[in-house]
Amino acid sequence: MKAAHAGWVFVSPALFMIAVFFLLPVLAALGLSLTDFDIYALARLDNLRFVGGGNYLRLLQTPLFWKALGNTLFFVIVGVPLSIVASLAAALLLHSAVARGKAIFRTALFAPVVTTLVAVAVIWNYLLHTRYGLINEVLGWVGISPIDWLGDPRWSMPAIILFAVWKNAGFNMVIFLAALQSIPEELYEASRIEGATALQQLRFVTLPSLAPTMVLVSILTMAGYFQLFAEPYVMTQGGPLQSTTSVLYFMYEEGFKWWNLGSASAVAFLLFLLMFAVTLLQSFALRRWSEP
Amino acid sequence: MRPQPRALLVNAALLAAAVVSLGPLAWMVSVSFMAPGEASSSPPPLLPRAATLENYHQLFARTGMGRGFANSLFLATAATLLALCFNVTAGYAFAKLRFAGRERIFRLLLGALIIPAQVAMIPLFLLLKQLGLVNTYLGVLLPSVANVFGIFLVRQYALSIPDELLEAARIDGAGEFRLFWSIVLPSLSPILVTLAIFTFLGSWNDFLWPLIVLTDDDRHTLPVALASLTREHVQDSELMMAGGVITVLPVLVLFLVLQRYYIQGLLAGSIKG
Repeated sequence: MKAAHAGWVFVSPALFMIAVFFLLPVLAALGLSLTDFDIYALARLDNLRFVGGGNYLRLLQTPLFWKALGNTLFFVIVGVPLSIVASLAAALLLHSAVARGKAIFRTALFAPVVTTLVAVAVIWNYLLHTRYGLINEVLGWVGISPIDWLGDPRWSMPAIILFAVWKNAGFNMVIFLAALQSIPEELYEASRIEGATALQQLRFVTLPSLAPTMVLVSILTMAGYFQLFAEPYVMTQGGPLQSTTSVLYFMYEEGFKWWNLGSASAVAFLLFLLMFAVTLLQSFALRRWSEP
Repeated sequence: MRPQPRALLVNAALLAAAVVSLGPLAWMVSVSFMAPGEASSSPPPLLPRAATLENYHQLFARTGMGRGFANSLFLATAATLLALCFNVTAGYAFAKLRFAGRERIFRLLLGALIIPAQVAMIPLFLLLKQLGLVNTYLGVLLPSVANVFGIFLVRQYALSIPDELLEAARIDGAGEFRLFWSIVLPSLSPILVTLAIFTFLGSWNDFLWPLIVLTDDDRHTLPVALASLTREHVQDSELMMAGGVITVLPVLVLFLVLQRYYIQGLLAGSIKG
């Protein structure tokens, strides 16, 4: 067998699976979002009608969709920077020359990343409990009265953000750590000779060298945070008062609770377009920042 | 020697961070050994008064968690084996075998990485329904066996296999499959471990897709079973913590044993931009 044939033989199975179980469905989602596919069409395909942009127009007039979009954006805008700051702080501490037991600490700080989200959400539900939760207990020591974290619409999203930062910070920490290790030592020596303080080194050497990594990490983190689903599903069921209904949670209910599959596809596409626009903006920033 | 305040500060901060990240997990283990109702007191107890295995016993005797554990183990293992078959051959071919359109197809695949999986989910569900695969294990597995990230990971690593090695084997008369089996696979073994652990963890921790596809309670995976347990047994926090331990412990141990490979894959994946 020739190498050229072998190439096709080796890639075909994977390409076939990706085409049938990913690319085709993505295209079909676009088509489906232009129809009124619902539980009647699920029973008999004759009931399917083409509605053009009808689903999109109706979604834009649905208050709950806007609420879900607002909640998701809140999660992204507040959660992503917090998560990155926590990751960077942890990476800087671990990278410090005076840090002891680096390998152990790195593992400890990374552990939440590999845990199963549903299982750790169960713990956090309990940590956030109004009466018996450890978090309110600790807040009580400094005189803050108990907060109804998951039952008060003003605190439900912050509570989920707190949980998400705890769960995800270790991921970016490892990426930052690798980037920190690749900054040439000469840069620090040069700045020391010029008498820079530790803080000045951070500002003028470390952070600029991290800029490309920073943008990359924020693209990855943002993509993840736009897909908020399991946290509200397990912790709050989208409540209270729909304060934690995310776009994906909305899509799940629209599609698999009410069986409005056409409309749910439109939701998925709107989310994708939004993520795509944001990613485009960020890769533009990446190019600008990476230029010398 | 003069104690260094800076060193003290850094290490204290690291210790505090480690307590925050491991504390909830340690507490979950502790509560899982408490008697029913014991954790619901103020201040919350840190250790059980008298450790008991009752919650674990209840968990396997009364709830579907034992079944969920078996389902998850089976699905994650099958997903891992399938992912190895499909992604490793493709990744190697994209790195080392020349064929028409190779670069263009690969770029197209990388472009597909920005499409979130949820966009495909609804048509995928309808497709599986047409194929009669809703509520089957195969339905859970099929969409995940080949994935772009896995192919990318293997390709990056396979690029480092020297061409001379492959040419020498070809001159000696080895066919392409023989070559793949006896030369390529052994030299790819570190990245195979990486891909395996990524797939296993991904499958074990996945929630939304199994939730959609598997409708029967006794086919539920562990996370889905745990989520429905928390909805039914809101008061039994000790029981749920035991369920959490059962769900988290296997993947945490797997990560601890193979973390070198996991971190390596994470870093290779993050420089894909």
